Amino acid sequence: MSQAGMTAGGHAGLMERPMFSVPAKKMAMWLFIIADTTTFAACLVAYGFIRNANPNWPRPFHSITNLALMTFILLTSSLTMLMGVRAAKAGDKSGALRWTLATAALGIMFALLHLREWMTLIHEGMRLFKNPWGTGQFGAAFYSITGLHLTHVTGGVIALVAVGLRYKAGRYNADDLEILGLYWHFVDLVWMFVVPLVYLLNLAH
Amino acid sequence: MHDASAHNQVAHHAPPTSFIRKHVFSLDHKVIGKQYYGLALVAVLVGMALSWLMRIHLGWTNFAIPGLHLLSKNGAPGNVMTPEFYLQLMTMHATIMVFFVLTTAPFAAFGNYFLPIQVGAEDMPFPHFNMMSFWVTFVAFLVLVSSFFVGQGPTLGGWTQYAPLSALGEVTGPGQGSGVVLWAISIAMFCVGQLLGSLNFITTTLDMRTRGMSLWRLPLSSWSWFITSCMGLTAFAVLMPACILLILDHVAGTSFFAPGGSVINDQVQPHSGGSTLLWQHLFWFFGHPEVYIAIVPGMGIVSHVLVTNMRKPMLSHRVLVYSFGALAVLSYMVYGHHMFVSGMNPVSSLAFSFPTLIITIPSTVIVLIWLGSLYGAKLRINAASLFSLGFISMFIAGGVSGFFLAQPSTDIMLHATYFVVGHFHMVMGVAAMFGIFAGTYFWFPKMFGRMMNETLGRIHFWFSFVGAYAIFMPFHYLGMAGNVRRYQAFTPDYMQPLVPLHQFITIAALVTGVAQLVFLYNLFHSRFWGKPASDNPWQATSLEWSTPTTPPPHNNFGDKLPEVYHDPYQYGVESSLGDYVMQASPEQVKTVHDEA
Repeated sequence: MSQAGMTAGGHAGLMERPMFSVPAKKMAMWLFIIADTTTFAACLVAYGFIRNANPNWPRPFHSITNLALMTFILLTSSLTMLMGVRAAKAGDKSGALRWTLATAALGIMFALLHLREWMTLIHEGMRLFKNPWGTGQFGAAFYSITGLHLTHVTGGVIALVAVGLRYKAGRYNADDLEILGLYWHFVDLVWMFVVPLVYLLNLAH
Repeated sequence: MHDASAHNQVAHHAPPTSFIRKHVFSLDHKVIGKQYYGLALVAVLVGMALSWLMRIHLGWTNFAIPGLHLLSKNGAPGNVMTPEFYLQLMTMHATIMVFFVLTTAPFAAFGNYFLPIQVGAEDMPFPHFNMMSFWVTFVAFLVLVSSFFVGQGPTLGGWTQYAPLSALGEVTGPGQGSGVVLWAISIAMFCVGQLLGSLNFITTTLDMRTRGMSLWRLPLSSWSWFITSCMGLTAFAVLMPACILLILDHVAGTSFFAPGGSVINDQVQPHSGGSTLLWQHLFWFFGHPEVYIAIVPGMGIVSHVLVTNMRKPMLSHRVLVYSFGALAVLSYMVYGHHMFVSGMNPVSSLAFSFPTLIITIPSTVIVLIWLGSLYGAKLRINAASLFSLGFISMFIAGGVSGFFLAQPSTDIMLHATYFVVGHFHMVMGVAAMFGIFAGTYFWFPKMFGRMMNETLGRIHFWFSFVGAYAIFMPFHYLGMAGNVRRYQAFTPDYMQPLVPLHQFITIAALVTGVAQLVFLYNLFHSRFWGKPASDNPWQATSLEWSTPTTPPPHNNFGDKLPEVYHDPYQYGVESSLGDYVMQASPEQVKTVHDEA
């Protein structure tokens, strides 16, 4: 995205002001978030559709301890992201890098906990197409939705490290960090939809 | 906080010198636009050839087409196509045409080339995304065509890929295994390409306008590309996961779209719990906006061409733009009308029928503004304006049959007949093609610095116009007579009398197809030997005609970005140039139509 700065520099003053005063790079991130929201919405709607169509839908989750921990970690990572952007806006380069790397570390913790949960489920016999408790659709929906989210987290962690280091090296500025922050908060927000729909609805009675 | 030098370095990305950067992996939106046009041209020839094969088979069922066996291992014994191969050809014809022609040419090709110029920018904000958008689309096309040569050939499920046919694998027919997977991979990649394109189009429109270019000063073509990219951003974002779920059904053993207990060829299929309607919902949530993604850019191009040749502004610039926007919003709310006979709750049918009838209002408003603006105009007749008139004619003729399909009661009878095929071929197929032709004749001088041959252009128009009606009008009659679509033979008694009509259509299709060679010849001959074009051969007003050279230089406007002083279509005024004043001209004129 390094070529995105044309609106901000170059011909500033020779051009119309950016719409809503949002420069192209940030606008692109918002547009990506709109498209990605639609993608997640499609997946969640498909999940609801399939769930309603199957009377033998399993409700295999017994505990929310791991889920609560994961959620807490992801929410905390949004906070550290916020601190990072704030430090960057204040010109505190090393502080911003520290907070960004802390965010990435929390992201990694989330991913590891998530993978551990997956491993447990796989160990219990839950596959993409079958499980011991009910319709095989459960695994398909669970793994594809959480997998899509996990892909976003993984991509986000890589981006956090890359952008954080380049920010420290002076190749990116505070705005770039803020734009990445938008993405990270979005991933967090999606999780807040996944938790009730995919986990809590499937808690055992 | 802004690092101005870094920005500048980017803003003036220097003209490329190496062959690869200049012509292959180019970052220049103009080159990418031409690449998209070339891809669409190849795709349309492939798609048209496939339609010829089908038409010949429909007219003369046992006719052996020389060389047909080269296209399929088992599909054409003795060069006569099997029913399955007919369906494979049909699927590929439709997929290629809808995705790689009707979406790429009017939207991606012309939009890429002219949107940045019309808003007065040097390039799009994300040239690398732009380059990726084309090459992903290109590879998607190769993947799709490659399915002809893999396994049992391409999928036979139709471009809509209805489940469970699409989800159960090779057991349901040749090409339903690897063919479907390749199809889904291709379309998922296509979605990525168009998402990247949409991202660029929207940011270009909102953030890259030159000084003085307020939103209401954008030409109608730019408006249509902008609105189309807003649709593309959300529509393709739904089709992509749908395709991925379909791939999972094939390769990972899931059953998203495959219901339990299906018995195919006496074998119970190892699936359970999937929903066939789910695919239809996901597909049509994309599919109906897609129809407008194909047609709205054509509307914008036609408006742009007509207004230039009418030499006066549209009756209302703003109402046209609002109508484009209304089409975009409503296009998401009508998708269920494709599923009237799929077993939806009748209340849902009603809920989808109302917006479907309402969407005819903005369509009608658009047409009425065109006709009202044409009334009393001294229209300059040339190939571009003729094709624009042809667009309007096709859009009306094809649109009127939409009223019958919008109502569940009549649709139940007409669904899945040639009536529907005639309807969408006219209203989104031929009409959008005419939009592409109008844009080509109009912008060719700017893109290549040479004029196209006008006489050949008019010959091309009349053959295409009469030909398109000769082909697609009888489809409506066939449909009312009960001719079901996707049938490749006419065994029932009531269909036998329709065969002569099919033969007539086939002859019309072949003649119309041959007439397109005139266009191809004109395109290539003019590219190299056409009359050199001036900077502004049509005396038009928008920014693409204000570039310092023709074709425009690498950064579009040379050293200095233009400044915009006027509304887009200042025709019918008195200025030093004549009856028009360019957007970039500071000259003050007696503005007769400043409100436009």
